[in-house]
Amino acid sequence: MMLTRESLLNWAMIAALLIVPLAAWSLDEPFIITLATKAAILALAGVGLNIALGLGGLISLGHAAFFGIGGYAMGILAAHAQNYDPLFEWPFLFEGSNQMPLIWLVAVVFSALAALVIGALSLRTSGVYFIMITLAFGQMLYYFAISWSAYGGEDGLSIWVRNEFPGLNTLDPIQFFTIAYVILCLALVFASRLARSPFGLALAAARQNEDRVQAVGLTPFTLRLTAFVISGAITGLAGALFADLNRFVSPTMLSWHTSGEIMIFVILGGVGRLYGPVAGAALYILLEHLLGGISDYWQIFLGVLLLLIVLFARGGLIGAIAGREKAHG
Amino acid sequence: MTYILVLEQILNGLQLGMMLFLMAAGLTLVFGVMGLINLAHGSLYMVGAFAAAAVAGWTGSFLLALIASLAAAAAAGALMELVVIRRLYRRDHLDQVLATFALILIFSEGTRWLFGSFPLFLDVPSYLSGPVSLPGGIQYPLYRLTIILIGLAVAAGLFLLIARTRIGIQIRAGEADREMIAALGVDISKLYTVVFALGAALAGLAGALVGAIQSVQVGMGEPVLILAFVVIVIGGIGSIKGALAGALLVGMTDTLGGVFLPQLFAVFMDPASAASAGASLASMLIYILMAAILLVRPSGLYGGNA
Amino acid sequence: MKTIRMLAMAAAVPALAAAAQADTKIGMITTLSGGGAGLGVDVRDGFMLAIEQDGREGVEVVIEDDQRKPDVAVQIADRMIQSEKVDILTGIIWSNLAMAVVPAATAQNVFYLSPNAGPSALAGKRCHPNYFNVAWQNDNLHEAAGAYANEAGLKNSFILAPNYPAGQDALTGYKRMYQGELAGEIYTKLGQTDYAAEIAQIRASGADSVYFFLPGGMGISFLKQYAGSGVDLPVVGPAFSFDQGILQAVGDAALGVKNTSQWNKDIDNEANAEFVASFQAKYGRLPSLYASQGFDTANLILSALDKAEVSDQDSFRAALKAAEFASVRGDFKFGDNHHPIQDIYVREVIKEGDVFTNKIIATGLSDHADAYAGECKM
Repeated sequence: MMLTRESLLNWAMIAALLIVPLAAWSLDEPFIITLATKAAILALAGVGLNIALGLGGLISLGHAAFFGIGGYAMGILAAHAQNYDPLFEWPFLFEGSNQMPLIWLVAVVFSALAALVIGALSLRTSGVYFIMITLAFGQMLYYFAISWSAYGGEDGLSIWVRNEFPGLNTLDPIQFFTIAYVILCLALVFASRLARSPFGLALAAARQNEDRVQAVGLTPFTLRLTAFVISGAITGLAGALFADLNRFVSPTMLSWHTSGEIMIFVILGGVGRLYGPVAGAALYILLEHLLGGISDYWQIFLGVLLLLIVLFARGGLIGAIAGREKAHG
Repeated sequence: MTYILVLEQILNGLQLGMMLFLMAAGLTLVFGVMGLINLAHGSLYMVGAFAAAAVAGWTGSFLLALIASLAAAAAAGALMELVVIRRLYRRDHLDQVLATFALILIFSEGTRWLFGSFPLFLDVPSYLSGPVSLPGGIQYPLYRLTIILIGLAVAAGLFLLIARTRIGIQIRAGEADREMIAALGVDISKLYTVVFALGAALAGLAGALVGAIQSVQVGMGEPVLILAFVVIVIGGIGSIKGALAGALLVGMTDTLGGVFLPQLFAVFMDPASAASAGASLASMLIYILMAAILLVRPSGLYGGNA
Repeated sequence: MKTIRMLAMAAAVPALAAAAQADTKIGMITTLSGGGAGLGVDVRDGFMLAIEQDGREGVEVVIEDDQRKPDVAVQIADRMIQSEKVDILTGIIWSNLAMAVVPAATAQNVFYLSPNAGPSALAGKRCHPNYFNVAWQNDNLHEAAGAYANEAGLKNSFILAPNYPAGQDALTGYKRMYQGELAGEIYTKLGQTDYAAEIAQIRASGADSVYFFLPGGMGISFLKQYAGSGVDLPVVGPAFSFDQGILQAVGDAALGVKNTSQWNKDIDNEANAEFVASFQAKYGRLPSLYASQGFDTANLILSALDKAEVSDQDSFRAALKAAEFASVRGDFKFGDNHHPIQDIYVREVIKEGDVFTNKIIATGLSDHADAYAGECKM
């Protein structure tokens, strides 16, 4: 790989995201580690969305659905495990689980299934219709979760203890950070491989010129649906981790504001750039805490900043620093 | 279940539909003419309601409050168009979504800053309050009847505007071919500002009308915005006729579903869980309706250009 | 998230013992922005009024805004416990936020005193020695309304609430005490603003009264639309929709409505008279129910600090449990599950000059404890 300015910046970012919490750990500042963990998890959600958005050109305003499904996968499994209340007894007895690997698997499978259904319906349309339909599906799940009283409804589900990972103490902030960080790195490697694979190239081609892809015998619908499912699955995994970070899941995770925020991470960093979500999520967390300390109305500043980036700095943070070279790969 | 109750619920559905039409008309016009998706349309609804509440507080006149809502929302819309929106026409939908999402943040927090977090007070004027007796023995609130009539009047006015006036011809031409009307010597940027302000004014009017029977507070526009999206997706984006049909369909489905689903469930469930399960399904009903319509017609009932 | 640090400082000469006394740090997580900020502001103002009136040294209060978001509240709690090392947490308004924060906080050996939310789980199965509720268990006001309905001779109530856990608890609480028939039972959408369909059902149902629990903006919308509908059945509700902060926005539509509350500004005792006067003098508005709860919470903490230091957890806990402070509600004591045993009154909305407010017309339930105390094994 050639060391362009952008890839240097990417390495620097990934390193900073590791060094900051390590420094905080040695200084005994657990809250900074929690913030870094939050940034890593939100970046993971952004990496997921970016596969649909940056690579596939699919503007989904409903990714909160997958984020929330991941969160509820964690909440439901862990709630049954902590209450010794079997989730189901047939075909075999299953009492829920507090093991992270199993929870992640369930989160990925269910968010992928949801993405398959939502994607199959939504991808029949395109353009503005697609944006609005994904938004509407997200809202549908949101309202469902609010009134689903078996799992807390609007109150959400609280888990007393963080779930377990073999060999680690997940309640220790730095160990939980490590888990989130490693998963983020794996997802980034996966996304970059995906972008350079034949599938990724075909998907990018479908975004630019649909006819050309059809001419070589590929169906854009299948390509896009696959990308949408992968994208949903990664965002769902991020949702499970996010719920574990807070030891809590509620319908807020499914609201369309969450969809908007995940999209903001991608955009703040730079659309279509592999590491964009990492930069975006880190910047967002930083802004929330710096501006939030100055004013209760900090979202005005966030709004203005976002507006300026969209209007005048399409490349986002990475674009501003690394210049306008085309990324992804 | 009496037929009076059914009729009254149909009127309620009609009233919700008319309110949604006021919101959806602006959204769909802006999309049809300029090809722009505007998430901040709900903020204009909120601006209208706050302007009305403020003016009603100062002057005590409901009529002045309605005029203020139209003026304030149109002004906010025009300003929004001049400063931000016109830079977005040539951009892709992603940029439009993000920029208008940013506008929501700015408008919501700005309003909270100006007016505080407590809901504002806006009351129905005495000459419109209380029920009236309709033929068939129905008692119906006069104010809601007024909303239905205003909605019908606006719908008629919009159809006339588009079918009969100069600006209507320009709008229709703009929908058909954006480059051509520039070639015809129409001042496009002025036309766009006017159309945007018109849509904004309708949203502001809806906010003020509804604010008088609900509460005027920050964030009030967002649930309505999402309903309005459902309306224009069902109706077909860009079509006023579609917006009207979609609004009535959504208004009726939401109202009647909310009333009759729990009663339907009560046939085979105990009352408390039927009420709860029915209410849950009713809250998702319009999205199910939307998905079903799009399965049959991917660009909505009257949709053409998407 | 603005951080306000306030060292409650005595203007007078520092007490001699102060040097030896360990500092007590209180973390307040409450809603200061967004919808529902009014409640958090009132709890904070009531709480700080008591701290300032007391004026002792060595009590530090850290206040943060949770934006009514559970995840934000959890993160603030983590920071307050882990970085700021607070001894006591308080301030949360909403049950769902309390459920997200309280179990983790008490598990980390921090005291939590609830100035508002009282979810049933924390009163029953998940009660904890370090958790004290200074307001009410969520069902209490609804139970009192049910009891009042019996007394007022109401026999055919129409009841409605939003379709979410607190709404379901509310109607359950009402039905627990109410003995008449139900003309109808409706769950509305959470955040619903148009109640035309429900009002039409009420009109058609032949009910003799309406009981509703619709907090915040939902209640304002419902009452305004109800007043305009021509249905004139008597309305009963819990205090939340008829409290000082919200009444002015409802306007005339609320006049005459009966509502249940454990506090009102006309409860006749010295502490309350002084509280109402000093709150009005300091903040220029009438105190609300929430302000009274914040005020009581602070005074309870101070009364316990008089007897024991927080670091001596067992003695401090016993001092809290004894609740020897002058509550603005009059009599106040804790049950075994650390929830209040108190009188709950019936109030009527009236207009005093230009200001809408409440006056007590009856006692709904005397020395009432919650229904979940038996499930608490502590």
